[in-house]
Amino acid sequence: MSGHDSKYFSTTKKGEIPELKEELNSQYKDKRKDAVKKVIAAMTVGKDVSSLFTDVVNCMQTENLELKKLVYLYLINYAKSQPDLAILAVNTFVKDSQDPNPLIRALAVRTMGCIRVDKITEYLCDPLQRCLKDDDPYVRKTAAICVAKLFDINAELVEDRGFLDSLKDLISDNNPMVVANAVAALAEIQENSSRPIFEITGHTLSKLLTALNECTEWGQVFILDALSRYKAADAREAENIVERVTPRLQHANCAVVLSAVKMILQQMELITSTDVVRNLCKKMAPPLVTLLSAEPEIQYVALRNINLIVQRRPTILAHEIKVFFCKYNDPIYVKMEKLEIMIKLASDRNIDQVLLEFKEYATEVDVDFVRKAVRAIGRCAIKLERAAERCISVLLELIKIKVNYVVQEAIIVIKDIFRRYPNTYESIIATLCESLDTLDEPEAKASMIWIIGEYAERIDNADELLESFLESFPEEPAQVQLQLLTATVKLFLKKPTEGPQQMIQVVLNNATVETDNPDLRDRAYIYWRLLSTDPEAAKDVVLAEKPVITDDSNQLDPSLLDELLANIATLSSVYHKPPEAFVTRVKTTAQRIEEDDYPNGSEQGYSDATSHVVDGAASPPTSSSSSPYTATRQSAPPAAAPAPAPQVPDLLGDLMGLDNSGAIVPADQPAAPSSPPLPVLLPASTGQGLQISAQLTRRDGQIFYSLLFENNSQIPLDGFMIQFNKNTFGLAAAGPLQVPQLQPGTSAMSLLPMILFQNISAGPPSSLMQIAVKNNQQPVWYFNDKMAVNVLFTEDGRMERGSFLETWRSLPDSNEILKEFPGIVMSNPEATLDRLAASNMFFIAKRKHVNQDVFYFSAKIPQGVPILIELTTAVGNPGVKCAIKTPNPDMAPLFFEAVETLLKA
Amino acid sequence: MPVSASAIYFLNLRGDVLINRLYRDDVGGNMVDAFRMHIMQTKELGTCPVRQIGGCSFFYMRISNVYIVIVVSSNANVACAFKFVVEAVALFKSYFGGAFDEDAIRNNFVLIYELLDEIMDFGYPQNLSPEILKLYITQEGVRSPFSSKPSDKPVPNATLQVTGAVGWRREGLVYKKNEVFLDIVESVNLLMSSKGSVLRCDVTGKILMKCFLSGMPDLKLGLNDKIGLEKESQLKSRPTKSGKTIELDDVTFHQCVNLTRFNSEKTVSFVPPDGEFELMKYRITEGVNLPFRVLPTIKELGRTRMEVNVKVKSVFGAKMFALGVVIKIPVPKQTAKTSFQVTSGRAKYNAAIDCLVWKIRKFPGQTEPTMSAEVELISTMAEKKSWTRPPIQMEFQVPMFTASGLRVRFLKVWEKSGYNTVEWVRYITKAGSYEVRC
Repeated sequence: MSGHDSKYFSTTKKGEIPELKEELNSQYKDKRKDAVKKVIAAMTVGKDVSSLFTDVVNCMQTENLELKKLVYLYLINYAKSQPDLAILAVNTFVKDSQDPNPLIRALAVRTMGCIRVDKITEYLCDPLQRCLKDDDPYVRKTAAICVAKLFDINAELVEDRGFLDSLKDLISDNNPMVVANAVAALAEIQENSSRPIFEITGHTLSKLLTALNECTEWGQVFILDALSRYKAADAREAENIVERVTPRLQHANCAVVLSAVKMILQQMELITSTDVVRNLCKKMAPPLVTLLSAEPEIQYVALRNINLIVQRRPTILAHEIKVFFCKYNDPIYVKMEKLEIMIKLASDRNIDQVLLEFKEYATEVDVDFVRKAVRAIGRCAIKLERAAERCISVLLELIKIKVNYVVQEAIIVIKDIFRRYPNTYESIIATLCESLDTLDEPEAKASMIWIIGEYAERIDNADELLESFLESFPEEPAQVQLQLLTATVKLFLKKPTEGPQQMIQVVLNNATVETDNPDLRDRAYIYWRLLSTDPEAAKDVVLAEKPVITDDSNQLDPSLLDELLANIATLSSVYHKPPEAFVTRVKTTAQRIEEDDYPNGSEQGYSDATSHVVDGAASPPTSSSSSPYTATRQSAPPAAAPAPAPQVPDLLGDLMGLDNSGAIVPADQPAAPSSPPLPVLLPASTGQGLQISAQLTRRDGQIFYSLLFENNSQIPLDGFMIQFNKNTFGLAAAGPLQVPQLQPGTSAMSLLPMILFQNISAGPPSSLMQIAVKNNQQPVWYFNDKMAVNVLFTEDGRMERGSFLETWRSLPDSNEILKEFPGIVMSNPEATLDRLAASNMFFIAKRKHVNQDVFYFSAKIPQGVPILIELTTAVGNPGVKCAIKTPNPDMAPLFFEAVETLLKA
Repeated sequence: MPVSASAIYFLNLRGDVLINRLYRDDVGGNMVDAFRMHIMQTKELGTCPVRQIGGCSFFYMRISNVYIVIVVSSNANVACAFKFVVEAVALFKSYFGGAFDEDAIRNNFVLIYELLDEIMDFGYPQNLSPEILKLYITQEGVRSPFSSKPSDKPVPNATLQVTGAVGWRREGLVYKKNEVFLDIVESVNLLMSSKGSVLRCDVTGKILMKCFLSGMPDLKLGLNDKIGLEKESQLKSRPTKSGKTIELDDVTFHQCVNLTRFNSEKTVSFVPPDGEFELMKYRITEGVNLPFRVLPTIKELGRTRMEVNVKVKSVFGAKMFALGVVIKIPVPKQTAKTSFQVTSGRAKYNAAIDCLVWKIRKFPGQTEPTMSAEVELISTMAEKKSWTRPPIQMEFQVPMFTASGLRVRFLKVWEKSGYNTVEWVRYITKAGSYEVRC
């Protein structure tokens, strides 16, 4: 039944618009219809046909459905540009909405909702009211969506005219498609409103789960997505829900499958029985694998999601690694994602097979893919200790192929392997040196130079090798220059002979006098001074043992992962970013209404939450950004984490430090009323009415967790208990939480004393605290807090100038980490110094350098770990450069957060 | 949010808009310019099907010579969006009778606009079943029932069906002869190492059904799959009959199949749509019968000569035969001259794809033809990089053979009028991605 509409695109010689106008007003129906088609064709190719508005609208009163649809389409496109004329169409719309033919009734309501002209919107209300109660389900399902359209245009109108209630009634409709569309509309309205509109109760839940069986595939997606927000009360309810959702895993529609997976994963968090969980994992694997036989675009979406799923539940696909092997003809984006998942699933059991695959990929054509394959081998070596040797031998085989970019990539990863397993595989250095002259990429060059410097004593001609790079020193990129500088110093310290001595002169000269790069110059000066004053100290600093790096393949932090898993199948899960990071839409209209209706109740909590986000303070959903390669790249800048909540600890300056932290102070002492509002960690909307705000504070040398509980639910709550998950500093409650029974509508403050070093979590340092709070009436609530590390700064952190210098020298160069705060201005140094001292960051000395001031500070965290801080800034101008030197450089990112917060305050 | 589109564009390869439809107000009408500028005109095309540009995200798919682009500005359901595009294309094809390309879109733009209005509302996919949509969206345009009396109600009936629980079948169908055709189509995916060990092997199968049945029949399908048989023997409390049973790794069903019932009773029961549809898809990884074994030996003799020997063994029954067998053996770009010797079929060098192509039209079971070729290469200094050998690829069809061993045990049809039906079953196995590294 192929058509021949293309003829409408052809133009005639006469002026087009006047000719169309004439035809539109023809007395013959067929001619009018053809004319409208020509108008639409012109509209499609981007011509402006808005001047024909009146003439087209005149054709609206037709019995021909096809013609009517075309006119409506024209209206949707041009009504906005001709709002005054659009009113001409209203009469026909209203009449059509009462037509005996349900298709026309629905069409009228559907189209009116798409015309975003205020005057038309007013006339939409009555027809919409009628259509929501229409006898025909087709009309009702269209009207349901139309309510969401109207809410988008004018939320107030929807509330005033009671459309929300009519929409909620449709959830109980006997037609499944009406139910599905009503659910979709309500979910969308809820998303754009801060007031609880669509709360899923146990009753609606069971009704909707029943409707699932009869819905169209798309309806099932709407319902599953809406229900995935539901938090089951206990493990039993969660199991029941899961049982009713699992059949959906067999659906042919990938969207249904992914939404079902999302819902099951959410409920699984509550299920305690390991058998049930294991069984569910087993059931989810095959449908996930099946998604990989869909269209490549769908495969891509599935793979991005599987990447998240295996991070939370590695067991699901532990035995399925073969399905992620790349096919030769897979599109590049599918191959890249498969590779990422293969690394995550690689284990001692399957590594041999995986390495064979990686090796195969490393000989393919696409350069990016080949590089990623080589890098994958390195990551497996770092992740699996027992396989490291096999990984290295594969890398060596690849180097022998002598394909330039393969060799360079291999050298980069081998450097990481050396750092992970020091003094184990150095025998291969000779092979690496053979490829020296082929290196032309900065990262590869820098890696090779690092290797030469680090193992200078084992490479006979290390000086010759380094010298060959020196000639081009001024032209090299900064990355290579820095490595070359350090490597030459290392070489000199290890082999203090004449050759290296000359080299070091050249390098130091180049790196101080000839360069404009401050990083390079500063580093060179430090080396120079170290070498000229105390070569032994220089040895201690430059040749110190480096901290061992760890595998970075599980890169997302747990709270971000949680949020992404709750967004499976959506863009958020594809980008691996929380929705706020890329959706700019704001909840304006809804908030205004809320303020009108609820001047004091729950609104308080909400506005707190907004102001708190605006301040740049940490709220759990936004608090996570992680750079995937930080752990393995020696020179990579630390991950930029958002600043923790601002706070002003009340401090009396006495020198009581760690030994006091075990003491228990009366817990119900209320916090000072003047302190800024605490950040909301558990909003009332998630906590079934219970809202918890909290923040760490330091008073009198003691760390407290200051908590505010607000009961916005209908029932009194009592029996509050709190538990802290393992965290980097082992922060835990020193005593029980003391909160009295909370009547509905009341709130209580509590100051909980904390102790350190209780349950210390392994892994990279993080300022994340995971907290669980329970009471006798509600399920356990879990939430995250970002600790402000500066509360850990002890009062005895002041250092004498002498000991400061001594400590600075004694720490190796690699322990110094730099970060810029471009936005911060220090306009009044005295006030800043006082403020910093009040937070136990003590001023040591100040010196002038060119037109900038350099300030030195010391601070200490419990167990006596010193932190030396250098701030460089031009007073009054934005931009502060911060250098931190500490025996635990991996904690530096946390200290940067703390310093940045203190400077901002 | 289950929203899956704010706007949808159909572009040709040059980037001209063929058709577009804005569903929501949150994206500007000129967003497609951004797509053209940042994706189509750059190397980015084909590197990732989901892209963010400014405040908007773009999902795109290429189908023949048309790009279908979906634009959103919210956290949309991407899986839903892509599936919608796939289904919409299937729907258009079913309307146009075959091809979906630039010309087909231009020739049917009025119809496409009408369908786009119907299958998605405010970014939410609605009913996309061709069967039902054809009831009231036709090429000619349904005459408005102003002329006919409301009591006739041919169209209101349609609306009930769009939204009904059996949204894929219309009522009142009558056939003189009630027939059902079942096609079991399997594609074997294989990746074999050069040493002959199987790296990955699976079968993705689908059961295609063509129904010409009157009324509203209830169907039940029985296969020789392990779980189904076990469940059946449990229910009837008699031991499973011996014979080959197979284990399905995963099954997915057309929306007509009652999933809850499948989950509890392991039976495939459904009310089928009229005409042709895909009833189910399945995947098997254990116990796959590979129809062919490929044994290549490729020798590079110096810089300018290669010797290629390939033996292909058919391992299915001697009475069966494969059709359309094509074996593609990659050779380097600088191939100059080739000479062949084959024991069956024909071989030639295809410079466009840099492959030796060996074709055998009819390939009986239990045979092993061979091909040997000599390849001469132009010696070039430019090609320093060693030749990366892509895998050998194979195409074939084997009728009446299933690589999985799946068999239809029964197909029961119940209809209240109690008519008799004739059932036809066919099996065929095709090559999916059948690759042997060399």
